[in-house]
Amino acid sequence: MNRRNFLQQSAFATAGTMLIPSFLKAFETQAKGLFGATGAISSIAPTGKILVVVQLSGGNDGLNTVVPYRNDIYYRERPSIAIKPEQVLTLNDEVGLNPALAPLRALYDDGLLTVINNVGYPNPDRSHFRSMDIWQTASNSDQYLQTGWVGRYLDAACEGKPGAANRPKAIEVDDTLSLSMKGRGQNALALIDAKKLFNQTRGNLVETLAATKPDPHHGDVAYLYKTLAETTSSAAYVYDKAKVTHTQTTYPNHELGNRLKTVSELIQSGVETQVYYVSISGFDTHFNQPGQQERLLKQYGEAVGTFMQDMKTAGRTQDVLLMTFSEFGRRVKQNASNGTDHGTANNVFLIGGAGNRKVFNPAPALTDLDEGDLRYTVDFRSIYATLLHDWLGTDDAAILGQKFDRLGLV
Amino acid sequence: MQRIRAAQLRHLYSRAGFGATPVQLEQSTGQSVRAAVQQLFTDSQAFTPLVLADGEPLMEKKEAKQLMKAGQIDRMALREKIREAALAQRDINVDWVDQMAGQKGALREKMALFWHSHFACRINQRPRLMLNYVNTLRQHALGNFGELLLAVSKTPAMLQFLNNQQNRKGAPNENFAREVMELFTLGKAVSGPPHYTEHDVKEAARAFTGWGFTLEGEFVFRANTHDEGEKTILGNTGPYRGEDVIAMLLKDQNTARHITTKLYRAFVNETATFDKTEQQRIDKLADRFYASNYDIGALMESIFTADWFYDDHNVGAHIKSPVELLAGIRHLVGVTFSEPQPQVFIQRTLGQLLLYPPNVAGWAGGRNWIDSSSLLFRMKLPDYIFKNANVAVQAKEDGDVNVQPFERKGGNKFTTQVDWAGFEAAFAKTTPAQLPDALATCLLPWPLTPDQRTLLTQPAGATNPIRQMATTMMSFPEFQLC
Repeated sequence: MNRRNFLQQSAFATAGTMLIPSFLKAFETQAKGLFGATGAISSIAPTGKILVVVQLSGGNDGLNTVVPYRNDIYYRERPSIAIKPEQVLTLNDEVGLNPALAPLRALYDDGLLTVINNVGYPNPDRSHFRSMDIWQTASNSDQYLQTGWVGRYLDAACEGKPGAANRPKAIEVDDTLSLSMKGRGQNALALIDAKKLFNQTRGNLVETLAATKPDPHHGDVAYLYKTLAETTSSAAYVYDKAKVTHTQTTYPNHELGNRLKTVSELIQSGVETQVYYVSISGFDTHFNQPGQQERLLKQYGEAVGTFMQDMKTAGRTQDVLLMTFSEFGRRVKQNASNGTDHGTANNVFLIGGAGNRKVFNPAPALTDLDEGDLRYTVDFRSIYATLLHDWLGTDDAAILGQKFDRLGLV
Repeated sequence: MQRIRAAQLRHLYSRAGFGATPVQLEQSTGQSVRAAVQQLFTDSQAFTPLVLADGEPLMEKKEAKQLMKAGQIDRMALREKIREAALAQRDINVDWVDQMAGQKGALREKMALFWHSHFACRINQRPRLMLNYVNTLRQHALGNFGELLLAVSKTPAMLQFLNNQQNRKGAPNENFAREVMELFTLGKAVSGPPHYTEHDVKEAARAFTGWGFTLEGEFVFRANTHDEGEKTILGNTGPYRGEDVIAMLLKDQNTARHITTKLYRAFVNETATFDKTEQQRIDKLADRFYASNYDIGALMESIFTADWFYDDHNVGAHIKSPVELLAGIRHLVGVTFSEPQPQVFIQRTLGQLLLYPPNVAGWAGGRNWIDSSSLLFRMKLPDYIFKNANVAVQAKEDGDVNVQPFERKGGNKFTTQVDWAGFEAAFAKTTPAQLPDALATCLLPWPLTPDQRTLLTQPAGATNPIRQMATTMMSFPEFQLC
């Protein structure tokens, strides 16, 4: 047992059922930061950092999110839905944010927002489901994988650590689990709120079955009972930790706001979870895009802005990095319904963490399109590789199955 | 002649169909294995196509768009047409589940469900095309694989899904040719020499040029977009067309092996690795499948009548897919839903929405169905269904505006009718002491454990002990297996 584990397992972690004085909690947090970095077991050491993924489902229109406000082609191709230059929240002399994203502009000013343009992959697929599959499994576009990239991270992180599954290393704040969160042997835990999940695992039936050792008929039945036992113990662990932590920050009262509030409380409760995953849907704006997208981006902006403020108050900005992506961007040219159709490359946001925040690369080249769609210049798996290796401290190539250039961002 | 025991019969019915009702168990126990299997085939002999609810032909999105362009309908009307089309696809989905849960034809529907994942296809808002595709799978489900392959390959739904409308002379689109080889027939070689090369795919794509469909949804061969030149495919050279490629793929024994292995995994044992005995068994089945010119029914009959099919090793070795679970519960206790939406909600929550496989490779199946939340939901599902629950669970939205009708409100409000009287009648002569075991024989792959017996204990004077026990039993993890 190394020093970090010893510290966690002795005084503080086991005290989860009691009310812990906040100065001790703060110490626990510091202890993690201190010893986490040195608790090396392999050449790449787990960093104890936290990654929060926010998925925008439906294909968010990237060009109206990060607007090339000095590009004539952009205005020519989008006569009725382009964001007017005077409304854009400028980031540099090339691009600016949609006016609904004022909180992100503030984060940018604080040096906490990185915008990566033209993120995609070779031979892009324009089907929502398939492209989301590709993003979630980190596959090539002609490859069908049954595990997600975070799931495979879990496999690697839990390998050779019996009992690790009882303390979920990844949590999706939702009722069901995304493919990205499923590994070969390990899955993330899905919950909307810790108490609700805990209650679902209570009762005579579930508790008795969870404590049952099944007859060893077949591997599958053992697998089901193991999953049940792990679910009940992780639910109890998370609930036990989280029930005493309530953030003082007021979150916007909508789904994404509530879910990021849950993430914040889980982080502050000191659970050992390293990856959180939340989604917001509705970005498939074929009809009357402007109102719909602004409403969603406003929700996104205020929820993320509040979350990062909360992290700042808790002194965790340096430990928490939030990534936002969508399965594809949309066509450059607007359609006849005041909307946009499915496209290809898109922008990705990285928010928080340490390091220099910025607009990472030039805006899309609207003069060099592939049949009306943007050409990607950054493979999304380069971002995953960066997050896995540089942020979480793990072997990115083993998890992604290929070596991708890291971006040197975090 | 070997007589079939109740436990074997349950195994047979849950693999070859969606489970055996107590009445079905009672009627067939004691028959010969062959006769019991024959009964399943007889019950599935008839093929009745699914139809769209009201005889009114539904407008496809493309037609509606053209009407709008011509100024005949406005934007709101277009949106309404598109919504109707998506709702029609939902209705096909639910009608199909009805067929699976019905009294007869379970084997045909189970096979069609297998083919749906094998010949995976999903297109939005084309209810007529999807209906035609589903009916093609159902029609040929137990027939000849070659005919099934050709028929499915020519369905407009598949041609659309795999972009063959864009596959033209001089500008080939290889998507269709590749999937036909990799997924539908030869499969990728696991070891040894490759079953086909990139060059074969490129050349086959040229042979498939000209395969398309009309606005009315009929297959059409467009000679003017077909590449008439010579192609070299799998070692043969000639001015081939699509039909020739299909014939070549069927002539290749790797196709028989690939299909047989997949069927074995789905119907016998879904384990990832086979031992030597199993591998030899599959090889032998594949040889016979090939020699029979791909008679699917004959292959399935030899599987279901084989002694090894009933081996302990194979019993309970399959995790029910969400649709198998849903159709199974409905079949076992005669459940009907008042509204379509909850059945769609169950499929979405558990990750298998009919007509919407995740990708061309179909549903991964097996342990991929199970995680903490799906397992808890599965264990609560009988309660939800039998007790008209208002379920406090949200299925994930997949962001596609076209499938929003599937995500409509009301999915988590279950209203059902359950034929408990019919279920209970079969146990009229069962003593209270025998009841737990009698129910377990019908519902679970293995006898009850002591812990389970305790959980099933009813307080003295309890009302409806049969339905209480059956509901509890369906919550056991073992009920997820068959």
